[in-house]
Amino acid sequence: MIVALSVADWSLALAGGALIGLAAAGLMLTFGRVAGVSGLVRNALSGRIEAIAFVLGLPLGALLIRGLTGGGAGVAFASPGRLALAGLLVGIGAGLANGCTSGHSVCGIARLSPRSLVATMLFIAAGAGMVALVGVPAP
Amino acid sequence: MSSRPLLFLLCGVVFGAGLALSGMTDPAKVVGFLDFFGHWDPRLTATMGGAVAVAALGQWLVRRRGRALLCAEPLGTPSSRIDARLLAGSVIFGAGWGLAGLCPAPALAVSVQHPVALLFVAGFVAGLLGVARLGGRG
Repeated sequence: MIVALSVADWSLALAGGALIGLAAAGLMLTFGRVAGVSGLVRNALSGRIEAIAFVLGLPLGALLIRGLTGGGAGVAFASPGRLALAGLLVGIGAGLANGCTSGHSVCGIARLSPRSLVATMLFIAAGAGMVALVGVPAP
Repeated sequence: MSSRPLLFLLCGVVFGAGLALSGMTDPAKVVGFLDFFGHWDPRLTATMGGAVAVAALGQWLVRRRGRALLCAEPLGTPSSRIDARLLAGSVIFGAGWGLAGLCPAPALAVSVQHPVALLFVAGFVAGLLGVARLGGRG
């Protein structure tokens, strides 16, 4: 069964995606850098100012949208243990695959990299498998 | 050179705004997108399509030009190797993504409004650094 979505739902999803793409295109056009968040986090942890600036920008941008639209209040998260375990798996996976959803699924696919296409298909397949297995997280 | 961190900050803000606007920062919407066998929420296909289309335009422009606007070095060529490390890493990543409905950038983006997401970020950093320490890179 497919969830019914309004034109507004689709428009927000598309506009948000275009902004993500704009940020990725911005880093590529100005500095030739891939907007891979895993790599940027690694660089931020080793003290690179530019990477720290990017990582700090992420919550600022989200706060800006919340201020403008007032949304985001009723968001539910998985249990603390499940969040930490999921983060650990995502970190190990991104470390091994040398990239996450931003680096592979946005930047990599944008340059038609077969490596990133394979990674993205596996992200989605394994994610769907996990959701089918454990179901929607209970808050 | 002093504009460099500022431009990175700006790109981070735009990226974070896009994540929040699209619904990527709402785990329920991400899990809905991955719930192919239940109630599939297809909206994030538009997010990914929009992101890839705009990023591809930037990619095309910079490749045509040969180098980036503010960087003298020629463009690097990212790895194209498809090996067991990539396959295993992608499956482990996807499992974690489905488990909580979060990936690294959205978790960082919501962490100020919802500090509980920092538990995910802590796990992520531990996993990322653990792999770097044990196995180096690619």
